Amino acid sequence: MKRTILPKLSSLLCMGSTLLLAGCDWDLMDPKGTIGLQEKSLIITSTIAMLLVVVPVCIMTLVFAWQYRAGNRTSEYLPKWSHSNKIEVAVWTIPSIIILFLGVITYQTCHSLDPYKPLPEGASAKPLNVEVVALDWKWLFIYPDQGIATVNQLAMPVNTPVNFNITSDSVMNSFFIPRLGSMIYAMAGMQTQLHLSATEAGDYLGESANFSGRGFSDMKFHALAMSDTDFNAWVEKVKASSEQLDNADYSKLAAPSEANPVEYFSHVEPGLFNGIVAKYNNGMIMDKSTGKMMHMQSAMSDMQMKE
Amino acid sequence: MLGKLSFAAIPYDVPILVGTFLGVAVAGLAVLGLVTYYGKWGYLWREWLTSVDHKRLGVMYIVLALVMLFRGFADAIMMRSQLALAYAGNPGYLPPHHYDQIFSAHGTIMIFFMAMAFMTGLFNIVVPLQIGARDVAFPFLNSLSFWMTTISAVLINVSLFIGEFSQCGWLAYPPLSESQFSPGVGVDYYIWAVQLSGVGTLLTGVNFFTTIVKMRAPGMTFMKMPIFTWTALTASVLIMVSFPVLTVALGLLGLDRYLGMHFFTNDGGGNQMLYLSLIWAWGHPEVYILILPAFGVFSEVTSTFSRKPLFGYNTMVYATCAIMVLSFLVWLHHFFTMGAGADVNAFFGIMTMIISIPTGVKIFNWLFTMYKGRVEFHATMYWTIGFIITFSIGGMTGVMMAIPAADFVLHNSLFLIAHFHNVIIGGVYFGYVAGMNFWFPKVFGFKLNEAWGKRAFWFWLVGFYFAFVPLYVLGFEGMTRRLNHYDNPAWHPWLLIAFGGALLIACGIVCQLMQIYVSIRDRALPENVDVTGDPWDARTLEWSTSSPPPFYNFAVVPHVHDLDAFAHDKEMGVDTRAAGSTYEQIHMPKNTAAGFFVGVFSLVLGFAAIWYIWWLAAIGLLGVIVTVIMRSADNDVDYYVPASEVARIENEHTRKIMAQAAE
Amino acid sequence: MAENIMAHGADHAHDEHHHELPTIFGFWLYLMTDCIVFGTLFCVFAVMRNQFAGGPTGKELFDLQGVGLETAILLLSSITYGFGMISAHKGKSGPLLGWFAITFLLGLSFLGLEIREFSHMIAEGNGPDRSAFLSAFFTLVGTHGLHVTFGLIWMAVLMVQSAGKTVFSERLLNKLTMLSLFWHFLDIVWICVFTFVYLMSVI
Repeated sequence: MKRTILPKLSSLLCMGSTLLLAGCDWDLMDPKGTIGLQEKSLIITSTIAMLLVVVPVCIMTLVFAWQYRAGNRTSEYLPKWSHSNKIEVAVWTIPSIIILFLGVITYQTCHSLDPYKPLPEGASAKPLNVEVVALDWKWLFIYPDQGIATVNQLAMPVNTPVNFNITSDSVMNSFFIPRLGSMIYAMAGMQTQLHLSATEAGDYLGESANFSGRGFSDMKFHALAMSDTDFNAWVEKVKASSEQLDNADYSKLAAPSEANPVEYFSHVEPGLFNGIVAKYNNGMIMDKSTGKMMHMQSAMSDMQMKE
Repeated sequence: MLGKLSFAAIPYDVPILVGTFLGVAVAGLAVLGLVTYYGKWGYLWREWLTSVDHKRLGVMYIVLALVMLFRGFADAIMMRSQLALAYAGNPGYLPPHHYDQIFSAHGTIMIFFMAMAFMTGLFNIVVPLQIGARDVAFPFLNSLSFWMTTISAVLINVSLFIGEFSQCGWLAYPPLSESQFSPGVGVDYYIWAVQLSGVGTLLTGVNFFTTIVKMRAPGMTFMKMPIFTWTALTASVLIMVSFPVLTVALGLLGLDRYLGMHFFTNDGGGNQMLYLSLIWAWGHPEVYILILPAFGVFSEVTSTFSRKPLFGYNTMVYATCAIMVLSFLVWLHHFFTMGAGADVNAFFGIMTMIISIPTGVKIFNWLFTMYKGRVEFHATMYWTIGFIITFSIGGMTGVMMAIPAADFVLHNSLFLIAHFHNVIIGGVYFGYVAGMNFWFPKVFGFKLNEAWGKRAFWFWLVGFYFAFVPLYVLGFEGMTRRLNHYDNPAWHPWLLIAFGGALLIACGIVCQLMQIYVSIRDRALPENVDVTGDPWDARTLEWSTSSPPPFYNFAVVPHVHDLDAFAHDKEMGVDTRAAGSTYEQIHMPKNTAAGFFVGVFSLVLGFAAIWYIWWLAAIGLLGVIVTVIMRSADNDVDYYVPASEVARIENEHTRKIMAQAAE
Repeated sequence: MAENIMAHGADHAHDEHHHELPTIFGFWLYLMTDCIVFGTLFCVFAVMRNQFAGGPTGKELFDLQGVGLETAILLLSSITYGFGMISAHKGKSGPLLGWFAITFLLGLSFLGLEIREFSHMIAEGNGPDRSAFLSAFFTLVGTHGLHVTFGLIWMAVLMVQSAGKTVFSERLLNKLTMLSLFWHFLDIVWICVFTFVYLMSVI
């Protein structure tokens, strides 16, 4: 039921705000990803629910103040009146009902939009795995299945779930592509996960949403959503690069730099991402399937065995 | 010998700082010169700097808060002008090294030295008078608290001219604030300034909690206590519970930096999210420490100028207490995006929203206080009405961000900045300014100018909307906070509008200065003088004594029979002052310089520790200990005001009232 | 007139009452805030208790015998302080000084043992910068030690102030009571340290 009402509501509100503020151009109000779309309708629904009480409050404030101004001797004046059970019940009940409603939505969306929850796979689209490393002050994207890596440019096929594994090899950052939806922190020694999927091809702004020092303002990347064929062509283009990323190159890359240009690496040292995480954990890394900590070396051999 | 300190630490190559330094130096020398010229040093020392009188300390707190407001606002307007300029390849005029210090200092100063100082100032002026007490429970500690706050404010401003300030934001998140990533002295300035002022704040919390619990006038039960005192009580509880956590959080960060420990480092088993948990376990209660007293002010103002008792007093008290308790259960909403599980996020999101229920109730209570009243549009009512509307909007955007799935796109964006300025300017600042306008005549015996007060209000209100509505929009356009420059053409126009809003707010501040100037100039005009002590026909005990009150506040301790004790007495024809009765001698504390000296030695300690000048730090610490021991050994700490002196002061006030009545 | 004097006397007593009670109450509040400081440090220790970063564990480091001795000394010092308070209430400064001197020496030897433990660990390369676990350990135990140090300074000051007194003023008795609360409070904190830090790490 809600599903059918929400788009109508949102299109109504969007029309209204188009007239007012051309709001439909705003990144969050014109999302290009499945998660972003749901978050947009969540924001709109909750705003409407709250406006139901905020608008009357604002009107009442002005009306009461004017109606009962000292100069207006025609209005009723009750100098002793300071209590009414009816009103008190109403003022506790009305906000409670709205919060109850919002609480239910909150609980539902916390689960349905949990960044850790994998997106449903389409019939044809196999999820794409991307490992993200926040560095001073640039983003490294590792495509473990393709064996390639890029800096400050992220490509993905449209209508394909993308599984991000995110860490940092420096201070805390937050990985965020506003048009696609949710952000998540990138923290050294820890892995966070994010699942996004683009619905339309385009070149979207990607950024760090958590202040990380001097070069923070230029810590931007391009998130390119493209068709499957374009994506394959892009992978080939990266594979044609003469640059490679082994451990020695990586430490050069990890050194602080500002406004880093886009870089392509045709080959990436296997296990680089796990190594970055493990380096802050005394060589230990969490096995995602069991949730247990294990030593990096055995994790590597496990992975090789699985392959 | 001088640790890390050398001439290289003086930023004489930064024109803005050199200019600021010259300005501060000239203004400072002018003030010192004037004090010397008029021969007021003795007066200043005896009557103010060493005073333990809560009213004097309150005034000094608010003066400190206003000075810090200028500093914090100067930072704000620099940020807005930088972002209005730094677009499409233009780097602006503030390089990141400078800009990052500005936004860190802006937040730190506005919260710790503007808002907290303003709030403590109002506590000091109002609470003892409102509960019919002659002073706070611990007058010496009160003076000590003030000096700890003041020297911390000095310390943070010293960082402008010697060395640098933190470049890690107002909460100095690690690992960025660890020495690995911030090796300079900036973060150390931050840690020491906040820690030392934290000592002052903690003592304030203990002091006012004790005062309110133990020193209320006879008959004033908890449910007959004025609502501002209630909010001061709950804020004191929040201070006592949350500030120790801040002390630990910053202490551990300091240990990481000074002794190479591993609490929040990337390596060695450190855990940066532990810092976030600790700092927000303080930080969220902190915002309620600030807003609850503002709610208290609005309650007093609304009922006074609606000529009615506050609607739903009991509900108001319950709502305040509910907020106090709930504020400890929401801290995780500051980092929903760290990747906690859905259930954890849902719990903290829903707890956060629940806070909006008692808050909503409060707003309705103010509305129904105006309902069927006789609302007088005094400047304080302007601020109140502006607050109700602005705060409702701010509350709404707050609840939006309390929904974790919405916060996933709004977190750390300019939407967040707009939200908390919406509640802190529209709630806290409007409230404190209303409080200043409301209680000013009580403290000084003359009213603040209405016309300039209303001008200030309009500039602040309109300026606020122009400055912050664009930030809401920019949040929707994906602009994050703390950016130094950008090249997105869609952001530029909004940032220009926001800059315009900041200029309007600047006009508001100028109007406030004019208001103070004009009021002092016209203080002797009959319409401005407050002879009776009750200029607003108000309801609570502080208005029953003269303006300014005698140093002992009440010649006869009032007996309380009802809520709104003074309104009750006026109605029953009871003279709350008991004028003309036989007076008794009054026990009062003596002024002391100990608080001042502890403060100065703490300043030495902090400054020396920041620069690793260990011999000087040892002197500072020793100075603090010796001063405290000497104070402990001093048995000459109080005295009795003779009954004849009380009678003289009281009769003079009675004569003035009679003369006024005869006219 | 007589009535006036009576009222005056009553008021005076009332006044005293007003001034004395909040002091202890206020100090209690301060102790509660201190309790939160320690509570937070215990939480931090709980988070860090397994973050050895390849360094030694508590089991390898802690010597329960030494810690047991420290515990016994501190508990004993609480009792001797109590005897000192009894003398204070009786207005006897001689025995009071004697008991306080014993308490002071016990406190000093507690600190000595703690410093010895710390310096051994640091000398073996297991200082607070070795791992998050050790950072949390040194900070928690060290904060307690700092409190004991300030307690000792305070005790010395009060001994000087009480010396030769035959009548203890209300203000001095208050100070003695506050230090008493402080000293017992440190005892309680130490018992938690002993249990949660030492015992549970070794078991």
